[in-house]
Amino acid sequence: MDIFLQQIINGLTTGSVYAIVALGYTMVYGVIQLINFAHGEVVMIGAMVAFTVIMAIVGAGAPLPPIVIVLAGVLAAIPVCMTVGFLLERVAYRPLRHAPRLAPLITAIGMSIILQQLALLIWGRDPRAFPQIMENTSFSLGGAAISSVQIAIILMSIALMAVLTWFVYRTKFGIAMRATAENVSVAGLMGIDANRVIAGTFIIAAGLAAVAGVMYGTYYGIAHYTMGFILGLKAFSAAVLGGIGNLAGAMLGGILLGLVEALGTGYISEFTDLCKWPVVGAEGMLMERCAADGHVVLFGSNYQDVFAFLVLIMVLVFRPSGLLGERVSERA
Amino acid sequence: MNRKTLGFVLIALALLILPHLLTQVGTAWVRIANLAILFVFLSLGLNIVVGMAGLLDLGYVAFYAVGAYVWALLASPHFGLHLPFWIILPIGALLACLAGAVLGAPTLRLRGDYLAIVTLGFGEIVRIFMNNLSAPFNITNGPKGITRIDGMQLGEMNFMATDTLFGIPFTGPTKYYYVLLLLLLLIIVVNLRLQNSRIGRAWVAIREDEVAAKAAGINSRNVKLLAFAMGASFGGIAGGMFAAMQGFVSPESFILHESIMILAMVVLGGMGNVWGVIAGALLLSFVPEFLRYTVEPVQKALFGQLLIEPEILRMLLFGIALVLTMRFRPAGLWPESRHKLEAKEAKEASA
Repeated sequence: MDIFLQQIINGLTTGSVYAIVALGYTMVYGVIQLINFAHGEVVMIGAMVAFTVIMAIVGAGAPLPPIVIVLAGVLAAIPVCMTVGFLLERVAYRPLRHAPRLAPLITAIGMSIILQQLALLIWGRDPRAFPQIMENTSFSLGGAAISSVQIAIILMSIALMAVLTWFVYRTKFGIAMRATAENVSVAGLMGIDANRVIAGTFIIAAGLAAVAGVMYGTYYGIAHYTMGFILGLKAFSAAVLGGIGNLAGAMLGGILLGLVEALGTGYISEFTDLCKWPVVGAEGMLMERCAADGHVVLFGSNYQDVFAFLVLIMVLVFRPSGLLGERVSERA
Repeated sequence: MNRKTLGFVLIALALLILPHLLTQVGTAWVRIANLAILFVFLSLGLNIVVGMAGLLDLGYVAFYAVGAYVWALLASPHFGLHLPFWIILPIGALLACLAGAVLGAPTLRLRGDYLAIVTLGFGEIVRIFMNNLSAPFNITNGPKGITRIDGMQLGEMNFMATDTLFGIPFTGPTKYYYVLLLLLLLIIVVNLRLQNSRIGRAWVAIREDEVAAKAAGINSRNVKLLAFAMGASFGGIAGGMFAAMQGFVSPESFILHESIMILAMVVLGGMGNVWGVIAGALLLSFVPEFLRYTVEPVQKALFGQLLIEPEILRMLLFGIALVLTMRFRPAGLWPESRHKLEAKEAKEASA
């Protein structure tokens, strides 16, 4: 099997999930310059709600095709997440719109804790196994395997990105969003209701998060009340990597992060196998261990996250506003 | 004696007898008090970076980890080294300081949220390394952590045992409490002196407007690096004391959640104001512990049964407290006077 191609496929799959979540971060950031730390929890809630609905349908034994069951899960998750997103903005962030810069960040952390604990209360502490109802047929592609779930995730993400781009650039609400992002007060003078636009942005971001949650759940086959944290972290990194506030940047950043992670995991142990390199000064000791185990791997695939963050840091050192970001001025 | 001096004397006396009062309630509370003091160290260190210099650091716990691991590696059977504390603590502080500079150097050009994510990544990288540096060469013993770390040893006095002085028993945690109190005093004095020093004012200047500060002749690169390095060294000292007190360190203690908690202490208390930050740290250290002991009996008294698992309810209340505090005191509970002014201006601007 071709490892390189295989890792590219895996990377594209996780990368598309990151991209969809990253879009949520970047849209909210673009409009009100707030890192919505609770966004990852919205993804988690999406996955959990979909899981509950799917389990209920499967449990009832309804003779529906699997794709319909999963869609029902998605359709149930979207409104729930949108409500959560709306409430987040209305209850937690709106009162703080003119507060010092770090206040909303602490609120976001507080909301993230609250949402996590509520999920823990509703769904319990144990990880839930997502029912594998989608028949996971694998197709061979140039020496690598791609599963139907992977294809579905990648296609779904592309579709969502296309719809979102159309929405932001071609509809009236999208134009209002971009105007608000540019300058809230001038947009207000042009008759744009900033509160409506900001609430709308949160709702759209939460809707995307719901879909991402279901995709993540079906791909890894698991849902857990803490899953939103690490996923949110990765997606936020992706958004920053691409240049936060920039839609195309979030998409690019997400895909890139997914690819870097997958390739890093695939190759890092091979590259850091000391037995393959002439190590000056420690030949004797290494020779013994290489003879015994065959490998002395300095960094294994457990360094996957290090790899992702290192790339992020390197990119930011050379391009301080991300790959596609414009030079942003600090908000006082 | 005027009233101010009297107040200080009373507070000092209260702090001195506090561990003996707490011992009456339970030794656990002395440990909680010790941890609270450590969090005051950490918050004051982070306050230099975030509060004074305005650099949002989400990976501060990395320096705490460096300090803790330095102590753990230099004073435990893991490498068979048993160095005394007066060698280890400075090494820990120095290495943490270096780590701060290493983090600071490449991030000088980054602003605001970009800086936040890079520091966050740095913190995670340090944690992942500690988690994985057990193979092929065992340095940190991986997720299992390092056990049987030496406690503090001051001359003949062993901090693990109980001694009796003038008929008063001094348990291990109580002794640590006094050492920490002494360190705390030192750190508070350093912070207060820093606040109004040339460097402190330079930090505030770059926080408020970097371009203007540069124009006024401040070398923003050096000043920023100094903020990172000084803040980090506080974290290193706290980490060393943590390792000594617990006798055990593992990567579990240095997760991102800890960085976030320390940041919450700084912001909640009032960024930039030393007393506010101290209050924030004490509050966020004690409130969850207090809730730990009260939510269960209170629920039983009110409803006759446990409706919500105590641990969940405790975290839930904690989250709600964070949100509500920021809602009604966005500049923190005891804001720096400069921040108070800003909050007022922003309110007027929005009105």
